[in-house]
Amino acid sequence: MTSHHVILRVISKMLMPVIVVYAFYVQFHGDYGPGGGFQAGVILAVAVILYALVFGVPEALRAVPALFAGSLAAFGLLLYAGVGVWAMLNGGSYLDYDFLVNEPAGGHAGQHLGILLIELGVLFTVSGSMLTIFYAFAGRVAEIRDEDW
Amino acid sequence: MDIGTSLINVSLLAMLFVVAIAIVRMRNLFAIVMLAGAYSLISATWFVVLDAVDVAFTEAAVGAGISTALMLGAMLLTSRTAKSERALLGAVPFFVCIVTGAVLIYATIDLPALGDAVAPANAHVGAQYLERVEGEIGVPNVVTAVLASYRGFDTLGETGVIFAAGLAVVLLLGFGERSLSDRGAKSRRGGKTK
Repeated sequence: MTSHHVILRVISKMLMPVIVVYAFYVQFHGDYGPGGGFQAGVILAVAVILYALVFGVPEALRAVPALFAGSLAAFGLLLYAGVGVWAMLNGGSYLDYDFLVNEPAGGHAGQHLGILLIELGVLFTVSGSMLTIFYAFAGRVAEIRDEDW
Repeated sequence: MDIGTSLINVSLLAMLFVVAIAIVRMRNLFAIVMLAGAYSLISATWFVVLDAVDVAFTEAAVGAGISTALMLGAMLLTSRTAKSERALLGAVPFFVCIVTGAVLIYATIDLPALGDAVAPANAHVGAQYLERVEGEIGVPNVVTAVLASYRGFDTLGETGVIFAAGLAVVLLLGFGERSLSDRGAKSRRGGKTK
């Protein structure tokens, strides 16, 4: 696995940063075009999965530990639910983003902040869960054999 | 709908049909996983033709991207080919398929045409969203506004479902590193008992 597949390793090394940047583009451009937390989370997870497929799962586990992926998923859900509680503490109903910030009527700062935060929560949960599922499956085979490519 | 769009629709649906038949007839799991990814990609292209870019994007990322990777991971745990089955050409399954297909085709007669302005999907709540997003949310992409703000509860539920799926898999299979370290011992034990 370390001495062959040179083209595969070089190309995927070049692609990985692009995939991650694209995931963040999809995440933060979701307000203006197609995309959002779900798609960005999946793309972000794919970057790590590509790393695991080419360099082996143990290497990927050293880069992104399974415990981190699981905690990230839990944190994302808590962030999403927490935004709702935050709106309630400010006197609104659950997940009513208009109450997140003090602004004159007709302002959209609260909505923008709320959507940004819950999309981040979705990103964390989706990428964390997908990685966790992948680790659970792929962690059971030590290495992808040559004939499987 | 003009003739060019119809041609694209027909050829994409024909490709979906061919890929589906190929998947059914194949026994090699690796080829099936790859063809399932191709199926998702063709569906995504078709969704773009139907002007549903957000759905197309999700289908391409989830259906063609991550499920193919997860299926490959799951496939590595089992054998490479499916068991060949006896050709089940019984009269009853054949009859059930024909009747269900006929009922579904009959139901499409009642469906409104694509982009019909008076169709329920476009007339009632959809039109409301399009009118009010600008003043209430201020986000250019209406789909994001509906998903994240108007239907925030639904999206919270979906996020919870995804988290629950990850949690369930971890509870059943364990984290990656644990199963990796157990692997040697397990296979040795398995070898002895057999």
